Amino acid sequence: MKPAAELVPDRAKLSIRGLEMTFRAEGKETRVLHDIDLDVREGELVCILGPSGCGKSTLLNIVGGFLTPTAGSVTIDGEPVSGPDPRRIFVFQERGVFPWLTVEGNIGFGLGRLPEAERAKRIAHYVGLVGLTGFEKAYPQELSGGMKQRVEVARALAVNPDMLYLDEPFGALDSITRLVMRSELLRIWGAERKTILFVTHDIDESVQLADRVIVMSARPATIRRVVTIDLPHPRDLSSRRYLELRDGIFEEIGLAHRI
Amino acid sequence: MVSRSFERILWPALTAVLALVVWHFAVRWTKTSVFPPPLAVAAGFAELARRGVLFRYAADSLFRVVSGYGLALALGIPTGLLLGWSPTGARAANPVIQLLRPISPLAWIPVSIVLFGISNFATIFLIFLASFFPIVVATMNGVRAIPVMYLLAGQNFDLSPAERLWRVMLPAALPQVLTGLRIALGIAWLVVVAAEMIAVDSGLGYLVIDSRNAGKRYDLVVAAMILIGVIGVGLNVLMRRVERLRSVRWGFRAA
Repeated sequence: MKPAAELVPDRAKLSIRGLEMTFRAEGKETRVLHDIDLDVREGELVCILGPSGCGKSTLLNIVGGFLTPTAGSVTIDGEPVSGPDPRRIFVFQERGVFPWLTVEGNIGFGLGRLPEAERAKRIAHYVGLVGLTGFEKAYPQELSGGMKQRVEVARALAVNPDMLYLDEPFGALDSITRLVMRSELLRIWGAERKTILFVTHDIDESVQLADRVIVMSARPATIRRVVTIDLPHPRDLSSRRYLELRDGIFEEIGLAHRI
Repeated sequence: MVSRSFERILWPALTAVLALVVWHFAVRWTKTSVFPPPLAVAAGFAELARRGVLFRYAADSLFRVVSGYGLALALGIPTGLLLGWSPTGARAANPVIQLLRPISPLAWIPVSIVLFGISNFATIFLIFLASFFPIVVATMNGVRAIPVMYLLAGQNFDLSPAERLWRVMLPAALPQVLTGLRIALGIAWLVVVAAEMIAVDSGLGYLVIDSRNAGKRYDLVVAAMILIGVIGVGLNVLMRRVERLRSVRWGFRAA
């Protein structure tokens, strides 16, 4: 039986139905995604969890409109996705920050159509929100990895999108910075309720952040299980329920929880 | 302890003095009557300055370089962006570019004289040819090397194709473009001297060949050569300055 990732239709912000993706290269076919059904509610933070190379990034790229699926449909607010859209911003690992622009320039990148005063106000607001006050004129090469990631999140939020797609955004950071960035993301998510799709291969990360964790199988990726994380934020990482949920996912993926 | 900035001047200065000394005694000991010693060249400089040709000829050469190079820049960067952007365009244009590129600009001298006669335009045309291809190729490669994330981000933020070109592709490719521009300017400066020996009757290249032809004035020949070198260094320093601007510095290894 397939795990139920569908919701009552009228409550879904994002709806994925029967999604298939097959890549063709040099006459060889690689099936990456198989029979994906998923609904995401408005304002929900959903983590897509799976082993490296399973196709979860492909899924996010299809939802983001950068790739066209082989079969199936993706609709947002009832409209089929036909391409990238400024209402939904994709956040890469910190490598997506433009090195030729300052922090200000990056955050204001998507605001070209606004009057200058409004633009400056928004930039100042998001510089503050992600905690980069004082670094407005700095160039990315002068920033740490975590700060660059903040810039990219702020650049995405500044255009006031209703969805954010994060593709292993903290994957390149050291483990301490990663923890800080997770709580920062939750703080920002609390301040500006966006619908967030968060791709990760880190089980702890998914249980710490998500309302629901979508556990993917290895390639071709299917949805193995959907785990609802019924814990309020801030989450106690040593509480019994947290450990229970985490260990459940460890088992699901077939990893012994010992080293 | 000797301070670092002092040492940075000391060794090059010593090398320069040593070169002058070797030059001076090489001339003295070989008793050559053709090649001038450093002091004669210095006197040659003074004579050229007195006759008023030193700055006029340098200005003539620079004017030709700036014109031809400016033209190559204005046409080469858009061409390179276009070819970098469109794989089809690149495939179509590549054989022609690759064929024309290894032809020395000097081989075009007869063609340029047929087209423009003995005139400024002939040299400007040669300099244009000399700098156009390096600029096109550097820009094209620069665009092709842009990380795909920057391009996707440009699409995501709803930029028009023109805005994507201007706000993402050009700045992302700019460090590589600038390297191409610096190399092209160096070539342009090499070519102007050669072109002026044949296609015009002013400029530093003309000064070299004219000083030799009219009375074997090797003191003036060498003075002109040194001036050519000094201006070449100046142009290179200028381009290095541009590469250090903050909005492009990310693309260069710390030097």
